[in-house]
Amino acid sequence: MTLEELRELAETERGRQSKFRHRILFCSAAGCLSCGSGNLREAFTQALREHKLEGEVEVQGTGCMGLCGQGPLVKVHSDETLYERVDADAARRIVGEHLAGGRRVAEHLVDTTRPFFAAQSKIVLENCGRINAESIDEYIAVGGYEALAKALTEVPPDGVIEQIRLSGLRGRGGAGYPTGLKWGIVRKAKSEQKYVVCNADEGDPGAFMDRSVLEGDPHRILEGMAIAGYAVGANQGYIYIRAEYPLAIERLKLAIKQAERLGLLGNRIFDSNFNFRIDLRIGAGAFVCGEETALLRSIQGRRGRPRPRPPYPSERGLWGMPTLINNVETYANIAPIMTRGSAWFASIGTPKSTGTKVFALAGKIRNTGLIEVPMGIPLRKIIFDIGEGTPEGTEFKAAQTGGPSGGCIPKEHLDLPVDYESLATVGSIMGSGGMIVMDSTSNMVDVAKYFMEFSVDESCGKCIPCRVGTKHIHGLLEKISAGTADAGHVRLLEELCTMVKETSLCGLGQSAPNPVLSTLRFFRQEYDEKLVPETAGENGTHKNDKTV
Amino acid sequence: MTQTTKPNSHPSGDNRFKLLDRTITKHQANGDALIEVLHAAQEIFGFLETDLLIYISHKLKLPLSRVYGVATFYHFFRLKPNGKHTFVLCTGTACYVKGANGIQQAVEGHCRTKFGETTADRSVSLISARCVGSCGLAPVTVIDNQVVGKMTPEEAVNRLRAFQEEEVTA
Repeated sequence: MTLEELRELAETERGRQSKFRHRILFCSAAGCLSCGSGNLREAFTQALREHKLEGEVEVQGTGCMGLCGQGPLVKVHSDETLYERVDADAARRIVGEHLAGGRRVAEHLVDTTRPFFAAQSKIVLENCGRINAESIDEYIAVGGYEALAKALTEVPPDGVIEQIRLSGLRGRGGAGYPTGLKWGIVRKAKSEQKYVVCNADEGDPGAFMDRSVLEGDPHRILEGMAIAGYAVGANQGYIYIRAEYPLAIERLKLAIKQAERLGLLGNRIFDSNFNFRIDLRIGAGAFVCGEETALLRSIQGRRGRPRPRPPYPSERGLWGMPTLINNVETYANIAPIMTRGSAWFASIGTPKSTGTKVFALAGKIRNTGLIEVPMGIPLRKIIFDIGEGTPEGTEFKAAQTGGPSGGCIPKEHLDLPVDYESLATVGSIMGSGGMIVMDSTSNMVDVAKYFMEFSVDESCGKCIPCRVGTKHIHGLLEKISAGTADAGHVRLLEELCTMVKETSLCGLGQSAPNPVLSTLRFFRQEYDEKLVPETAGENGTHKNDKTV
Repeated sequence: MTQTTKPNSHPSGDNRFKLLDRTITKHQANGDALIEVLHAAQEIFGFLETDLLIYISHKLKLPLSRVYGVATFYHFFRLKPNGKHTFVLCTGTACYVKGANGIQQAVEGHCRTKFGETTADRSVSLISARCVGSCGLAPVTVIDNQVVGKMTPEEAVNRLRAFQEEEVTA
């Protein structure tokens, strides 16, 4: 395969598509599939046959179109019409009235000038909902694998790293470590063998960004990983993905097979000396495996237990070799940076947090779904413009980011710009991108308890602060929630949270108290309301000061 | 040493072991592939019986403690068989905020079984999952591998009642 051959393939595919008068794209990501989009192909095909349009219209499944709460979604590609809640009956009407008659079906029409669509800017999700995720030709037709071709034939590895560094891209897994810097460290590490790993163990409950990218545009990840492999000098990549995402696994397997067949993965890619293979490793349901050292152990078939760092995986990773680990969304940003340049990428977002971020917007909000916004966008804009606020009759209370490792942002901070640093100032984190909206009906003590229960369950048990501490924090929260605790218990709770935060071995334990600390900081009165008056114990000391 | 059975087949003659052996061979019986092998074993046999774990430990030349340790560490692996049907309730944050708790209570009350267990008549296993990733449809359940979103306590109990009645008429 050469660049010319790749472009030829793209041209052929574009030619094939242009033969159709219309293309109907229906969302076949997990969200829409579960409201019945799987039957739509049959429904459309049948309706097209009835109107004798089968030769002129192509029906194709695609990735997530974003507005997951209103699925199944269908797009008529030729005039960019979007329909929501499409069932077999609606499918028949779209064919009959819109395609044959030229009138749009008003009942199912989605207004795409709404801020939900207009206020987003898509880089990572640009192909999601536009191409058939199961076709490598369609990915190539929109310029896929050109970035890899260019990198391999025109840019030396150091040049690739320099470009990523200048783009200002930071890790999208949550911590925000500069990606170019990480790549540079792995490149400099001296070793015969290096590895590239994609962390697709999206365990944060309430987050589905990575799944949507993997289901909607799997080749984008493969291309990003291959460029990373070339830049750092690795010939083997692993994608560690949750077993809970069977559709994403299936599409990745297919994508790898297709790329190998065309020689875009394997030996001597684009006639260069670069060889790169990608294998899948399926997780088995352990949140802690999102932590990088635990993830590496899990790839090696062990219990997913973290180890102290340093040495960092970039020095000693898989089988003791230097290993680059990045998140799905990070890899999804690589190809656009390579083709459009680092200056373009750096011009989006804020100077310190460049580019865009994908969020999974869910909870008590009108528009639930997948959104991509430029970094630094005010939270208010996400909640009230894009999300269109909380449902009728309730009031916005807080947005929770970062899941069980993050915190909540109350309404006083609605104008906070959403970037790595600003979120940290209010005690939350960017996280991987879950954003759960809570309204006046959500009790914050219960929310904290919910997250702590999660952390108790998911603690791997290796270090004591996390294993025992989270359990006791949960116990205290239960007491408070049941109305049997007093102010002494809250003091103990704060003390325990600080201790677990400061002394745990890995990120899971260090961040597990965040939801409690954050709700204590902003919603203290909800804790206080549940307390009973403090009673003095014997000898003048408080009886609750020493026991849980 | 003389071999009484054909190489690579289980003495019981159970053909499913041949399927498992294929996965093991694919990974060159490498101990690092333990999780892949356990996934395959669970897919073939439905759950991971102790005998099966012993078989895998021999094949991969790993101590049984390691195999057992890994199988019990990960939530995904089952050491007991599931009921005839499975009812998975997502307890992710979005589902929690949208009332998964109410469903849990209604279901546990109706089945007199806790989540994580199988009903006494073995008709259905109640499983709680940490986010199935369909948060737009919260609260979400996965009933017999079909995602069913926007669930209510009443609907959930109705579904379970149907499973149990099926058991009585069968």
